[in-house]
Amino acid sequence: MEPVREIEGRACPFGRKNVDTDLIIPAKWLKTISREGLGRGAFEALRGQPDNVFEREEFLGAPIIIAGDNFGCGSSREHAAWALLDMGVKAVIAPSFSDIFSGNAFKNGILTVELPQEAVDRLLEVAETDPVTIDLERQIVTTPFQDRFTFEIDPFRKHCLLEGLDEVGLTLARDAAISDYEQRQDSEMPWLGRGTSLAA
Amino acid sequence: MASRPRTLYEKIWDAHVVERREDGTCLIFIDRHLVHEVTSPQAFEALRMSGRKVRRPELTLAVPDHNLPTTARIDANGQRIPIADRASAEQLSALERNTADFGVHYFGATALEQGIVHVVGPEQGFSLPGTTIVCGDSHTAAHGGVGALAFGIGTSEVEHVLATQTLLLKQSKAMEIVVEGQLGPGVTAKDLILHIIGVIGTAGGTGYVIEYRGEVFEDMSVESRLTVCNMSIEGGARAGLVAPDDKTFAYLQDRRFSPKGDDWDRAVAYWRTLKTDPGARFDKSVRIDASKIEPSVTWGTSPEDVVPIGGVVPAPESFADPSKQQAARASLEYMGLTPGQRMDEVEVQNVFIGSCTNSRIEDLRAAAEVLKGRRKADTVKWAIVVPGSGLVKRQAEQEGLDRIFTEAGLEWREPGCSACLGMNPDKVPANERCASTSNRNFVGRQGPGARTHLVSPAMAAAAALTGRLTDVRRLAD
Repeated sequence: MEPVREIEGRACPFGRKNVDTDLIIPAKWLKTISREGLGRGAFEALRGQPDNVFEREEFLGAPIIIAGDNFGCGSSREHAAWALLDMGVKAVIAPSFSDIFSGNAFKNGILTVELPQEAVDRLLEVAETDPVTIDLERQIVTTPFQDRFTFEIDPFRKHCLLEGLDEVGLTLARDAAISDYEQRQDSEMPWLGRGTSLAA
Repeated sequence: MASRPRTLYEKIWDAHVVERREDGTCLIFIDRHLVHEVTSPQAFEALRMSGRKVRRPELTLAVPDHNLPTTARIDANGQRIPIADRASAEQLSALERNTADFGVHYFGATALEQGIVHVVGPEQGFSLPGTTIVCGDSHTAAHGGVGALAFGIGTSEVEHVLATQTLLLKQSKAMEIVVEGQLGPGVTAKDLILHIIGVIGTAGGTGYVIEYRGEVFEDMSVESRLTVCNMSIEGGARAGLVAPDDKTFAYLQDRRFSPKGDDWDRAVAYWRTLKTDPGARFDKSVRIDASKIEPSVTWGTSPEDVVPIGGVVPAPESFADPSKQQAARASLEYMGLTPGQRMDEVEVQNVFIGSCTNSRIEDLRAAAEVLKGRRKADTVKWAIVVPGSGLVKRQAEQEGLDRIFTEAGLEWREPGCSACLGMNPDKVPANERCASTSNRNFVGRQGPGARTHLVSPAMAAAAALTGRLTDVRRLAD
């Protein structure tokens, strides 16, 4: 995965609350066995409407989306993260995110930045005309107007994003610990590890 | 060990910690993994590309459900009917190929055991109390109905579980939803969970695991508990669970993958310890009086947009939050409703009984009881009943429920996700309404422009009879 350090550019002032993953990518786009090309279906229902923010020239390919509370709620489809990635999105700023979406975003190198509603409101205003910068290392969001908002991020996620680390590879390196756990479970609850080999 | 009192969630969590990191993140062992065709192809592909194996193939169970058409799958000559949609067919054959290549147990499209993954898991005794269960589907929360810690994951996590049988997780906060008293006649588990989501909101459970506690859940069947836990995600919680009890054990005994013989006794002895200790602390507590709950319906495009069937469409100005007012205005425009309109006067042209929320035998019995000896309204153009699995279908047919449905003018289909999510041929036409027993009323969820009203199976049946949203209690003889 590509390391993430600083994300700078136009931020699409979406602002909507409770954006569900059906809205980000409708189900008909999920019939794919690849991660590529989903940007074409991103926000399809909204893009069909006149004056929608995603079709405005200055926001085509914008690396940042600014949204309302509870972004990415609903379905667990990781296609939502893949679709955003394919649109060129590298970060989403919102007051809150659904747990599943923020995990999916992280695993695809998309930074989710949680800021209080007042900060988000200010950024929505700035984004109409000017770029926004997110500095992951220093955990701050800035604008050309001396705005400066700090955000929290899980240290492990920050480390992985900064270094571009693959989580599966990291966990596979913990093989001995996993094997120990499996042995313990096998002796304490032998029935549990049999799974589908336990057919009646 | 004299430890501090713990919640059921903490007990399951603690029992699955492989390693704890300094920052509190834990490597958690995953006991059971369910796989379907939509969220798994990219995970298997990634394994292949990196030359990795499935660590514990026997702990994963695969079954197709989302894409599969619910029309006949075998023709008069016993031949499999090909799936017309090429992309769907390709995704289904990818699952077949991937499970064969990696040695994962697979129930194929025409197997008796095939069904919606969240119906199949408990039904096959694969989902067990006290286990950690994941699936690339947010309604995995359903399995909490048997006392498991079950939650939806994304495709990268599917890959992580296949390769390592673990996930890196931060412990969630614990929330209890206590419902005391008894549900009134005609009020079901579905009405209760819709009511709960209406109370806590779609983000009310974000960051929490919910334990459903109190008399109502103790009195409930396992099927009903699965319905409640299933929609935990609509309240923002990744997981919801009910402590296992004798009903749970009776439900699971002698199922295909349930422990047998001495193993069974040892398992039950352990499962009996799986309850929240007296004095255990919850980070958030919500109390609800069961007797106040009426049959519930949704009016908008978020599952929190819930009113009792006797209520009216709310005015956007009635919400304190300005962004909610704006959302309500957009919802009403999409739904074609006006503030003050009575819910029981809203006409529906479609009825869908099915989905991982409401397609178990108990759901079908409840719908059949309402429909028995009656006929759907002529204005209802499309009404389908989709059993949750081949086993549910067989059971329903043995009880004669299929004939009740077809004699009432409803179609009796093959098992699958069907009209819950608009990715197979079962869709609701634009600008038409559907009384649906599914779990999401999002914009376009049942098809572009489709207008969804979430209801219980009995209420969906009542709507089929009258052609409008109807208080099922008024239909009683």
